[in-house]
Amino acid sequence: MDLRYSESEESFRSGLREWLAEVLAKLPPKPSHLDWPGRRAYDTTWQRMLFDAGYAGIDWPVEGGGRGASPVEQLIYLEELERAHAPYVGVNFVGLLHAGPTVIVEGTPEQRARFLPPILRGDEVWCQGFSEPGAGSDLASLRTRAERDGDEYVVTGQKIWTSHAEVADFCELLVRTGPEDSRHRGITWLILPMDRPGIDFRPLRTIAGSTEFGELFLDGVRVPVANRLGDENDGWRVTMTTLSFERGTAFVGEVLQSMELLRGLRAIAQSTGAWDEASVRRRVGHLGAELDALWALARRNVSQAARTGVPGIGGSVYKLALSELRQRIADLGMDLAGSAGLVFGDIPGARNGPVGNLEIVSTWVHSFSRTIAAGTSQIQRNIIAERILGLPKG
Amino acid sequence: MDFELSEDEVALADGMRRLCAGRFPLDRIRAAEGERVVIDPSGWSELADAGVFSLRLAEDAGGLGLGTAAAAVVFEELGRALVPGPILASHLAAGLVEGAADGKVMVGAVHKPRAHGAAPVVIEHLGSLGALVVVGDDALALLDPAALDAVAVDRSLDPLTPLWRVDHLPAGDAVGGPDDAARWRRDASVLGGALLVGLAAATVDLAVAYAKERRQFGKPIGSFQAVKHLCADMLVRSEVARAAVHAAAVTIDQPDVGDALRAAAGAGLLAVEAAMANGKTCIQVHGGMGFTWEVPAHLYLMRARVLADELEGSDTLAELVAERY
Ligand SMILES: Cc1cc2nc3c(=O)[nH]c(=O)nc-3n(C[C@H](O)[C@H](O)[C@H](O)COP(=O)(O)OP(=O)(O)OC[C@H]3O[C@@H](n4cnc5c(N)ncnc54)[C@H](O)[C@@H]3O)c2cc1C
Repeated sequence: MDLRYSESEESFRSGLREWLAEVLAKLPPKPSHLDWPGRRAYDTTWQRMLFDAGYAGIDWPVEGGGRGASPVEQLIYLEELERAHAPYVGVNFVGLLHAGPTVIVEGTPEQRARFLPPILRGDEVWCQGFSEPGAGSDLASLRTRAERDGDEYVVTGQKIWTSHAEVADFCELLVRTGPEDSRHRGITWLILPMDRPGIDFRPLRTIAGSTEFGELFLDGVRVPVANRLGDENDGWRVTMTTLSFERGTAFVGEVLQSMELLRGLRAIAQSTGAWDEASVRRRVGHLGAELDALWALARRNVSQAARTGVPGIGGSVYKLALSELRQRIADLGMDLAGSAGLVFGDIPGARNGPVGNLEIVSTWVHSFSRTIAAGTSQIQRNIIAERILGLPKG
Repeated sequence: MDFELSEDEVALADGMRRLCAGRFPLDRIRAAEGERVVIDPSGWSELADAGVFSLRLAEDAGGLGLGTAAAAVVFEELGRALVPGPILASHLAAGLVEGAADGKVMVGAVHKPRAHGAAPVVIEHLGSLGALVVVGDDALALLDPAALDAVAVDRSLDPLTPLWRVDHLPAGDAVGGPDDAARWRRDASVLGGALLVGLAAATVDLAVAYAKERRQFGKPIGSFQAVKHLCADMLVRSEVARAAVHAAAVTIDQPDVGDALRAAAGAGLLAVEAAMANGKTCIQVHGGMGFTWEVPAHLYLMRARVLADELEGSDTLAELVAERY
């Protein structure tokens, strides 16, 4: 076990740190979280800046436009971005953190050349079309149908909870190509261009009042067979790769971001006097210990992925623990906020702490999605019990 | 940066696991339940020969010159196997107390009472000890156990940790200052944490094995989701605590990578919780069997409670992390 970074890793860090200090001052103001085109523009502009400076796709292959560095440098990259309060991946989440990595592992050379560089340049945004109204936790029961017609698939069905689909160019789409009851043996993983005729998107309002996700209706949408990842009916295996990235590495940055948040809450407690209460200090200490532990676990998972190429099943342990911990940190924020927590927004004239009231309240409301999205906590527990501990299917 | 166990660390763990399986199988350990001496001198010297006490001592001082990470890996196995005795204190005393490192002397430890007239002091394994370290806030002192006016406790919570009661604890001879005391507490958190992680992991194995084998309603109880989720949470707790203990150990060896005091306190905190919660859950998964003396589930829980006492209290550990966050 070695937690030291090598000299070349440290020089990567200092170069990145210098660049961030210089460039972050030049960022345009953040758009409102309800302005989706504005958010796309902001997130992709940032991505383009990273790309131009050679900081996009740190651990992606050079042929795909990446830096070709190790997953360890990717960790350093996340640490430095968080430290500098750089923008979050935002609408580039799917492309950068699980669709792209899946294309790297499962794509043909042509697919890698076509789809990877535009993700890194911020030219193309991806969304995820896995869940359906009848297929959430039971993803293998999905029904969106794809019929082969020459060198195209004709896709008809409905997806739901598709995040930021209205600003996406491509969708990682799971379709049924086998018989209706073929479950995981009859699924295919397609790359759906979002500008095709027959696609209709209707936003749904979330409990945060925003429209982060919605329903995606597909009616005879034509997708080239060349856009298939893996073989026909072999999409479940590809999906497992996608989910291992989504659960294993996509949220590594979040533990660092949560540490910043906790430090911010600690500063608030100190400025309001709440810190004088032992119970508050102990809560902060306990949450801090858990975050430190999850950062250790993240580094262990990344070390393993660096050796094997794909994050292991341990990602479920990490995902479950982090999403539940995140809710308890958010609870602490709301407790410190007191009646200001009733206001969904910043309060003019209020003390300008490192964490504003809007962030506290919004973090709390959004925290409820953490134990649902990317597989609910119950599903993670099933996976841990059955696939890691080997308990019998019920 | 590579946070997986190195080949050497894996070999060290395997070696210790083999030693425990051969020399300290559970039935042999259990034969000493309720005794005043729970580990014989030959067992102790085998632990010493395997380097359990001298592992971190410099080579020119007769030790193996290994780091805290290596010790954590070894201690996890000792915890998993439920090996009894004042292992943690004897290891921490190596280099400080003559004879600790080579196993000639068993060394125990006790927290210095914070106030006079407080509850009587309870000392583990006193009858086997050649030396007793009193761990104060800013000093370590050494006492001769034979000179203590101690009363044996009839029955201890952990049947493999015999106890003695002392009404008055003399000051003893100083053997360490504030830095030594701080280092003792920090390392106790990490290596006590490693023992606790071993206990936590052992209870996962025990509960899962039973859940696969015991049948009710015509199927293994492990196919019921309520039981599955208990087991899954056990694994999460032990893996999270394990990562914390390993990171803290590495941070002691490689001080540039983080704040060792904070990491150690956090690791101890999570390891205590994991072992306690897993011990309780392990009993629950066994149903009525779990409440029998025969099934060893309770032994892991009670040992966890003993080790929790060897660390600083959870409140103190949490405040330590909070201060340094
Ligand atoms: C903010 C957000 C963004 C999302 N973005 C996307 C996206 O971009 N693309 C996409 O495809 N999906 C997305 N999802 C969907 C997400 O993956 C699903 O919501 C999730 O998998 C759960 O499915 P469901 O909503 O149908 O709930 P259900 O499966 O109906 O579950 C309801 C409840 O039943 C429990 N349950 C179900 N089955 C079991 C079982 N076998 N054992 C125990 N308990 C069970 C669940 O844990 C849950 O508590 C998003 C979700 C959220 C909240």
